Amino acid sequence: MLKQNVMKKRKSRDVLASSTPENIVLNIFFILLTIVFLYPVLVVFGVSFTSSSALTEYGYAMIPKEFSLEAYKLAVQSGDIVRAYINTIGATVIGTFLGVSIMLLYAYPLSRKNFKHRKFYSFYAYFTTIFGGGMVPWYIICTQLLHINNTFWALFLPSLVSVWNIIVLRTFITTNIPDELLEAARIDGCGEFRIFVSMVIPLSKAGTATIALFTALAFWNDYYLPMMLITDPKYYNLQYYLQLIFLNIEALTKNTNLSAANAQAMKIPAETTRFAMCVLTMGPILFVYPFFQKYFVKGLTIGSVKG
Amino acid sequence: MKKKNYIDRCAYYIMTAPGAILIFLFGYLPMFGIILAFKDFKPARGFFGSPWCGLDNFKAFFSSPDIGYLTRNTVLYNLAFIILGTVIAVVFAILMNELRSKTKVKFYQTIAMMPHFLSWVIVAYLVYAFLGNTYGIVNRSVLPALGIEPIKWYSEPKYWPYILFFVRTWKTVGYSSVIYFAAIAGINPEYYEAAIVDGANRFQLAVKVTLPLLRSIICIQLIMAMGGIFNSDLGLFYNVPMNQGALYPTTNVLTTYIYRNVTKIGYSTAAGLYSSVIGFLMVLLTNFFIRRYDPDSSLF
Repeated sequence: MLKQNVMKKRKSRDVLASSTPENIVLNIFFILLTIVFLYPVLVVFGVSFTSSSALTEYGYAMIPKEFSLEAYKLAVQSGDIVRAYINTIGATVIGTFLGVSIMLLYAYPLSRKNFKHRKFYSFYAYFTTIFGGGMVPWYIICTQLLHINNTFWALFLPSLVSVWNIIVLRTFITTNIPDELLEAARIDGCGEFRIFVSMVIPLSKAGTATIALFTALAFWNDYYLPMMLITDPKYYNLQYYLQLIFLNIEALTKNTNLSAANAQAMKIPAETTRFAMCVLTMGPILFVYPFFQKYFVKGLTIGSVKG
Repeated sequence: MKKKNYIDRCAYYIMTAPGAILIFLFGYLPMFGIILAFKDFKPARGFFGSPWCGLDNFKAFFSSPDIGYLTRNTVLYNLAFIILGTVIAVVFAILMNELRSKTKVKFYQTIAMMPHFLSWVIVAYLVYAFLGNTYGIVNRSVLPALGIEPIKWYSEPKYWPYILFFVRTWKTVGYSSVIYFAAIAGINPEYYEAAIVDGANRFQLAVKVTLPLLRSIICIQLIMAMGGIFNSDLGLFYNVPMNQGALYPTTNVLTTYIYRNVTKIGYSTAAGLYSSVIGFLMVLLTNFFIRRYDPDSSLF
């Protein structure tokens, strides 16, 4: 009975569906691709759980020949990574909260037809995406004028506003909050800020959540701001700390005379420890990513609408 | 009451103020900083106190032996990324759309998008796990199995154009195909049904129905990408080759060059201006051509 139903369903499928052999070939193709996407990440996980002696003998591998948690112990003991974690979490939380608030405040007026200068404000923001002064003038402004280098501000202030996110938010608000709705509130005597807080914010929750995710991800993954503006180890974030270790690997392995004491002095952790740090940095992202993936897809598809 | 009205009338300007100030500080002020390109910057004398030097910085940059290979690397890499990258993403989206099971589509899509969420620093570690000289998987397992001598990847520039292209595609293809996939899903099935009635096969459906309907969205993505043609990804070109001097001939692009010369303020500003101006002209030019050929798809 059940089988018959299934058969019926399959027959009634629209003519657009692929034939079964085609579908099998496609599935094999995508399974192979899935392996290509996942394998490198699994290798890093594998190396981080390998004992140092097994590493020297067999090299990097996905499945540890000798399981060990020693790399993680060393990583946490050094303390550097703990401080980097605190800096990253701080910058991500503060940066996301401030950034999203400021972008929402900027995007809402752009979505209203009764805002006289909305064309100007749109262009003002948009122009910075097609022309800019470049890296060096930006660096000079940050260090000579604003003096934010080697402060906690440097980890989030310059990237608070993303014009692309403003455009996505504006498109979202335009399509989801009709003018008539707000007009009704105005007639009832609601002030503009009251409207923003009690109507615009709740009604644009879905769009704002997507942008908040984009922003948080960008702050978590940022190495550029500290690379440009931070020299004081006190303010290193995870990605930058990881980058510094990484770029020094070659210097270490090339010089075979380098003693263990020297390596210690350079504060370059052992091979497996570096991969443990790598896992500790990408771990949180990989862990929460599957739950939020659909919001990213949504944000991307809203953003591609021409505005 | 009167005061409240006044505040209400200014409400939009008050709301946009914080964003406008930040955009001014980090977007517009650096544009004024371009005058540094015409100055002989001395840190001790500051931004305004440094003496003017006319076009000396530009002369130095345009007559340096680096500009040729830097421009070549920058343009060729980014053209490859834009053209081949778009083709691969569109093909990826079309193939994914052919899958029957929607749950499987979601699964594959989730995995394919995952690399986008890793930073370039992490990706550089992943690459190193394969190409590292002593412990890397390629040198330890793959090449010995094939009977090939280990290769010192991080000191052989000739392999890097392929490595960088592969790594970049690995990281971005899943994410950039999402836009095309969503657009394909939004196509009215009646177009396909009509084409099938007319005797079209699956390949013809993709080429003659799907592609033309994707044209507008591909054009917009193209214009946006063209603007960034001189703005290479620092993470890809700096972190993935581990900032190795031996690899500069094939991995150094304008962005990394400017970063490496950042202490020569006037000189690197001039180099930066060169890339900003050409990038800007590229946007205008692409938009101009698209507007002539297909007005509905242009950006402005």
